[in-house]
Amino acid sequence: MTVMEQRGAYRPTPPPAWQPRTDPAPLLPDALPHRVLGTEAAAQVDPDLLRRLYTELVRGRRYNTQATALTKQGRLAVYPSSTGQEACEVAAALVLEERDWLFPSYRDTLAAVARGLDPVQALTLLRGDWHTGYDPREHRIAPLCTPLATQLPHAVGLAHAARLKGDDVVALALVGDGGTSEGDFHEALNFAAVWQAPVVFLVQNNGFAISVPLDKQTAAPSLAHKAVGYGMPGRLVDGNDAAAVHEVLSDAVRHARAGGGPTLVEAVTYRIEAHTNADDATRYRGDSEVETWRAHDPIVLLEQELTERGLLDEEGIQAAREAAETMAADLRARMNQDPVLDPMDLFAHVYAEPTPQLREQEAQLRAELAAEAEPDSAAGSESEGRGR
Amino acid sequence: MTTVALKPATMAQALTRALRDAMAADPSVHVMGEDVGTLGGVFRVTDGLAKEFGEDRCTDTPLAEAGILGTAVGMAMYGLRPVVEMQFDAFAYPAFEQLISHVARMRNRTRGAMPLPLTIRVPYGGGIGGVEHHSDSSEAYYMATPGLHVVTPATVADAYGLLRASIASDDPVVFLEPKRLYWSKDSWNPDEPQSVEPIGRAVVRRPGRSATLITYGPSVPVCLEAAEAARAEGWDLEVVDLRSLVPFDDETVAASVRRTGRAVVVHESGGYGGPGGEIAARVSERCFHHLEAPVLRVAGFDIPYPPPMLERHHLPGVDRILDAVARLQWEAGN
Ligand SMILES: Cc1ncc(C[n+]2csc(CCOP(=O)(O)OP(=O)(O)O)c2C)c(N)n1
Repeated sequence: MTVMEQRGAYRPTPPPAWQPRTDPAPLLPDALPHRVLGTEAAAQVDPDLLRRLYTELVRGRRYNTQATALTKQGRLAVYPSSTGQEACEVAAALVLEERDWLFPSYRDTLAAVARGLDPVQALTLLRGDWHTGYDPREHRIAPLCTPLATQLPHAVGLAHAARLKGDDVVALALVGDGGTSEGDFHEALNFAAVWQAPVVFLVQNNGFAISVPLDKQTAAPSLAHKAVGYGMPGRLVDGNDAAAVHEVLSDAVRHARAGGGPTLVEAVTYRIEAHTNADDATRYRGDSEVETWRAHDPIVLLEQELTERGLLDEEGIQAAREAAETMAADLRARMNQDPVLDPMDLFAHVYAEPTPQLREQEAQLRAELAAEAEPDSAAGSESEGRGR
Repeated sequence: MTTVALKPATMAQALTRALRDAMAADPSVHVMGEDVGTLGGVFRVTDGLAKEFGEDRCTDTPLAEAGILGTAVGMAMYGLRPVVEMQFDAFAYPAFEQLISHVARMRNRTRGAMPLPLTIRVPYGGGIGGVEHHSDSSEAYYMATPGLHVVTPATVADAYGLLRASIASDDPVVFLEPKRLYWSKDSWNPDEPQSVEPIGRAVVRRPGRSATLITYGPSVPVCLEAAEAARAEGWDLEVVDLRSLVPFDDETVAASVRRTGRAVVVHESGGYGGPGGEIAARVSERCFHHLEAPVLRVAGFDIPYPPPMLERHHLPGVDRILDAVARLQWEAGN
């Protein structure tokens, strides 16, 4: 029987086996970014936590300016500053337990430092000394990841493996707004949701991917909305409100640890500096936009809250600044020493056992280095070699 | 010497056995990929593993190669030994970024602190009448990536031994499975499967004096057949099976060519930018004074893999190998 032969009106029916699986409403983010500072909710937050966040924000800001200054002195090859985004960086580090893992992107040096990594080690990659610069297992911080979004599936796999082993470990992975367009972002979210992996994705939506604004990156109502299609909750938060970011991430981490699966958090923030010290931000954005965001600075927001409630006085502010200066002075002093590099390290960690081919190349470099060290005798042996 | 009962077995069976034995020996070994669970893989290499070890150890993943390899990286970071199946050669390409940017260099970028013990099984090569995207030989891409081991078995015994060695390796291994040899049988002792030598050793499959055929994977049986056929022409060909493309066994290869003075490299991937160019160069550098003729290559054409009805014209066969051997009589008087 064809459709034409059917009697009566044509009534479309759903495909036989199809059932909507859940009501997507609980997965949807709030219409507006969640805020705590300056609202009644702030009174519920532990004052010690607020003060701790404040100290870390001030230190983080100083870290960013110091690292940027080091690029000008040629001590760092490049530095992608997170000035303006410190609330996200710091909260990401503070919500994790020691056994948890952080998966940072290339902009998230500060999150690694806030987690306790030595600032100098955290800058090793950007200094051009050695790639990662620290032992990821020791600190439970994955290497700062340069190819966008590729660290996200790692976070999912690690969280999944931990759960298989019976450990209540959570992985928190950081990505930028531009990174959400990469295939790895989508694959990671899908795997996480299907496996119900204990992982939290934090998108720092700072408005731009180098020069490309968000509206050229996505047509989604918000980046947090992307969660719904994968079957995980999406949360939208004011990324400059340290208390709000801390709260939303803590909820997500708790949910994951309790076996509730992944969450996608979008923090709405702004990159105050250029993409890196090598970028010219005036080509793609105006000063007035930057000024609007300066008025919504994460340190200012928190300082207001704390002083208005009498939790912070001039002395406290001074103490935070001094702690930050001490960190900066120590960083400067240590970064001003030239690192001692051993060229033979080039071959040390390609394989557990170097291949015969690498052994030959190792011998070649060793001979070259020996020749450099003793120019006269080297010239002699070289001409001898040629004469044969 | 103990005598063992040899029985005919297929390469696919040996691979399954290797996975099973590795999983039984080490609880950190996890198999993952598309359709590897209930179905046992489209080539049935993972048959029965989900049943025996549970779905947490033999996992049907979502259909996303970058995701499969990327999550496997994270699992390896946490101390597991994932064995990833890529369903077909050309479907591994979405995972290349993870492979090249992370898998291959994690040890290096962490100064040895975080090695990745990962095995990536890739059924590769043609000759099975597959439609487009089911017959690529992608070994040159893998070989060009420092930090990866690249191995490919040609016999049932090597399939078992090399896969066990790959899973045991603390470094990532791209394990290329010549899919047209999956069902080829040879005598093997399934009751007492032996591990082989460490990764990186070539083997002389057939000794000979007139010339060396240097080959690997799916082309090994073709070269052995060519060597038999060459006897009629009065040529006694040696066949070297590389087994491992990275690391490369210069010693075994050079020793053979020094003995025979002549060499042909045979593989089915394209010749231009292919493995044969590298191998020929290495042989020339090491054996120049022993060579009676230039090192020749018999490779697939430099074309996208052809449709099934034309693939026999593309794949290096016995005749093309014998033609090359004939051209090795560089100067008259041989
Ligand atoms: C796969 C990949 N493509 C391109 C780049 C070059 N790149 C580096 S940063 C960047 C923009 C990233 O923007 P976003 O994800 O929003 O992060 P943000 O820089 O704003 O922190 C680009 C295109 C890269 N690192 N990786």
